Amino acid sequence: MRALLLCAAAILTVPAAAQQASVPNAPAPAPTPLPSAAPGTSGTVALVGGTVALGDGSQPIPNGTVVLRGGRVVAAGANVAVPAGAAVVDARGKWVAAGIVAGPNDLGLLDADGVQESNDVDARTSPFSAGIDVAASVNPLSIAISNERLGGVTRAIVTPGAGASIFAGQGAVIDLGDDPDPVTRPRAFQYVELGEAGGRLAGGSRPAALALLRDALAQARDFARNPAAFDGRGRDALVKRSDAAALADVAEGRVPLMVHVERASDIRAVLALPREYPRLRLILVGATEGWMVAREIAAARVPVIAAALADLPASFEQVGATESNVGRLAAAGVGVGISTIGANDAPGEHVLTQYAGNLVAISRVPGATGLNWGQAFAAITSRPADAVGMGAEIGSLAPGRRADAVLWSGDPLELSSHPEAIWIDGRPQPTASRQTRLRDRYRRATEGALPKAYEY
Amino acid sequence: MTRWMILTAASALALAACTNAKGGPRSASDGARPGTEAASAEKAPGRDRGYSHDPFPSTYRAYPGVPTLVRGATIYDGEGGRIERGEVLLRDGKVAAVGQKVEAPADAVVVDGTGKWVTPGIIDIHSHLGDYPTPSVQAHSDGNEATDPVTADVWAEHSVWPQDPGFSRALANGGVTALQILPGSANLFGGRSVVLKNVYARTMQGMKFPGAPYGLKMACGENPKRVYGGRNRKPATRMGNVAVDRATWAEAQRYKRDWDAYEDKGGKAPNRNIAMDTLRGVLAGEIRVQNHCYRADEMAIVMDMAKEFGYKVTAFHHAVEAYKIADLLRANDTCAAVWADWYGFKMESYDGIGENLALLQNGGACAMIHSDDENGIQRLNQEVAKALASGRRAGINISDAQAWTWLSLNPARALGIADRTGSLKVGKMADAVLWNGDPFSVYTRPEKVWVDGALLYDALDPRRRPISDFELGQPGQGDVK
Repeated sequence: MRALLLCAAAILTVPAAAQQASVPNAPAPAPTPLPSAAPGTSGTVALVGGTVALGDGSQPIPNGTVVLRGGRVVAAGANVAVPAGAAVVDARGKWVAAGIVAGPNDLGLLDADGVQESNDVDARTSPFSAGIDVAASVNPLSIAISNERLGGVTRAIVTPGAGASIFAGQGAVIDLGDDPDPVTRPRAFQYVELGEAGGRLAGGSRPAALALLRDALAQARDFARNPAAFDGRGRDALVKRSDAAALADVAEGRVPLMVHVERASDIRAVLALPREYPRLRLILVGATEGWMVAREIAAARVPVIAAALADLPASFEQVGATESNVGRLAAAGVGVGISTIGANDAPGEHVLTQYAGNLVAISRVPGATGLNWGQAFAAITSRPADAVGMGAEIGSLAPGRRADAVLWSGDPLELSSHPEAIWIDGRPQPTASRQTRLRDRYRRATEGALPKAYEY
Repeated sequence: MTRWMILTAASALALAACTNAKGGPRSASDGARPGTEAASAEKAPGRDRGYSHDPFPSTYRAYPGVPTLVRGATIYDGEGGRIERGEVLLRDGKVAAVGQKVEAPADAVVVDGTGKWVTPGIIDIHSHLGDYPTPSVQAHSDGNEATDPVTADVWAEHSVWPQDPGFSRALANGGVTALQILPGSANLFGGRSVVLKNVYARTMQGMKFPGAPYGLKMACGENPKRVYGGRNRKPATRMGNVAVDRATWAEAQRYKRDWDAYEDKGGKAPNRNIAMDTLRGVLAGEIRVQNHCYRADEMAIVMDMAKEFGYKVTAFHHAVEAYKIADLLRANDTCAAVWADWYGFKMESYDGIGENLALLQNGGACAMIHSDDENGIQRLNQEVAKALASGRRAGINISDAQAWTWLSLNPARALGIADRTGSLKVGKMADAVLWNGDPFSVYTRPEKVWVDGALLYDALDPRRRPISDFELGQPGQGDVK
């Protein structure tokens, strides 16, 4: 057992750079030649001639150019001049798109969901709740990071799960870059479970969850008013000091409150909260029945990161589920992104492109409401970034944004397409992962001159 | 959600083979005479006549259809063939003709298939619809009889709730026309599966695929040892899994010997054991083993265990590492039913890769897609498209038409129903889908779905969209889901 654990840890700690080192008996590389992704002498990269998908909700731009420099987007679109000295990547016949912003999810917080030893998503027996902060625990070498990067995901909204309280704690926005520093913004939001899950966590009912929420916010105000007088260290304290500090940030609107609810009536209850706490900055997550209250959500100007394709009454809070939810929300004027929440996340976060494509697909089904291409792509790029207040920094190829760009073999939402080159913060990313290593080892199932363990 | 799936998802390790196992299912009419086993009969009842092999017979009847001619469509016949701008005639519940041009009766309804595709209906070999129905409340948790590692006595069909809203989504969004419902994977011997037509009925039997062989759900790996080891019971290890498996098969061999002897020669009827009935059925080749298993090394052990006791694994389900042993699977004539890209959700799925299907096909093994998921079953065509793309990226070129065998014919073979459905061959059941575009594009959806020639979904006709009892009168009833 001990030996096994050691082995697993060793695999995880091999630096990505070492994994890329070529060895004499390595199998043939993947047949797709990759364009040179290294910046030119000026540190500038220009991707020229591709179809450009900005991610801001606009439609794809044929024969466009994207210029990256100093880790930022300089320009993107039609009629963009290629700066002198730029490293030019020929993108003709391909697509250049904003990197996918995925979340909320658990990237970097676990190695395999069912392996409890390494799973840092939730903390069922911790005395802490809102004060939990995932930022320092994100592991950039978790295999999911490199695997999902190769699916075109460049940023993630990482959230703890609610284990011991309705308050899960503070999530972070991360990059999926091949570097040791994954955190783009720590403590980017507080995550709270209301609805059915919140009711269970609060002791058995929705009213109990709302009582807990109100009491915790009241205590956070007490803390903010006079930290020295606040207890929060006693064994029986309902709100610990670190929790109170985190919730004070929420109550004052310094940190947005990401609320997971699904049922229409629960969404209404959440939308009513700012009447009591006017500085709350709400983000709705899940919102399967959002279409039933779409006008109220739009009027409240609350962004939504929705369950992308939830169409089953998976619970009694999702009886109205339909794939048209996202389309109807968008039509009502809600800023809506999509996520894997509520879906089985075993395929990984790269399925977001597929989900977005499906929302385009249903626009051709009579009676359904889908999205157009630009809206659908925005739902997995700029909309989630906007929702967490980072739209000026990530989620599109607008000038000044971080240079997260993906060169796709074709339409990024189409199932036959794949990323051929990826830049995060302007840095070219590896094109190998543990999965590509396994694939290459087992191109032929049978052993060669030596055991498979010698093929790498 | 994810954790729940780990348990239920893990369950299917199918023993079904790509070829028909010997012996078909017995119908009630050629089965037992009631009470036979209780009587101390001296007369030999005859082989397989000692007790009923079909006490819950199918009452499915095809709904009426009209002769239908689809013209101008791209056709995948499901056996690797592709016809551009071809024609398909569905008549009297059967595929009546397929070709570039076909003869159609004057009264046939003509459907313009220009720019559209016609394929066989999709068959999902691994589903828990009905036994883990939505809403997924505890009261609906009917898929794992997790009270003993050996529950070969339970039958999934006795858990199936025919009002599961999931059946309608699988039909309308997924183009699924038949599916196997399996018990979960908490147990080494999970129980019998049932094959259903994806046609709503008041009773489970009204959905039951007539004459489809039963399956036995088995599971290896993490789930059984976790569930029972966690209760300080055997099995708590992988070696414990195999030990309990072998002891159970040894008992099944004795049971089979006793019953064979009685049925052949008469004498005192042995005691009935409902679990052993199922295992005897496996040893007789009448019931197919559908075996949940992830790891390559474990699959190899299970295949040798099958040889030891004289049965066959028809299919390994999930089989995340099947690509590592494509040669062994081929040599054993054992299929792998897999996801396109699931990985990393538990230790034994850590090595999942998107090229699994393509590498299996390339290695000459029988491969197919499966869902194990009430959402995934709505997009199996897309899952195959992803797998195909991953394979092509790795230099494995499989045609679209060939890849359709992963969706219909190979599952039909592993279920023992390929003589009746799974491809658009003349005389087979008219189980077919008209897609509004290339079914391997993300932008495509089913436009029409026929089961036995009856039009049961039509995107252009709101009256041809099923609404289960549960959804009747609920918010969004009749909504396009």
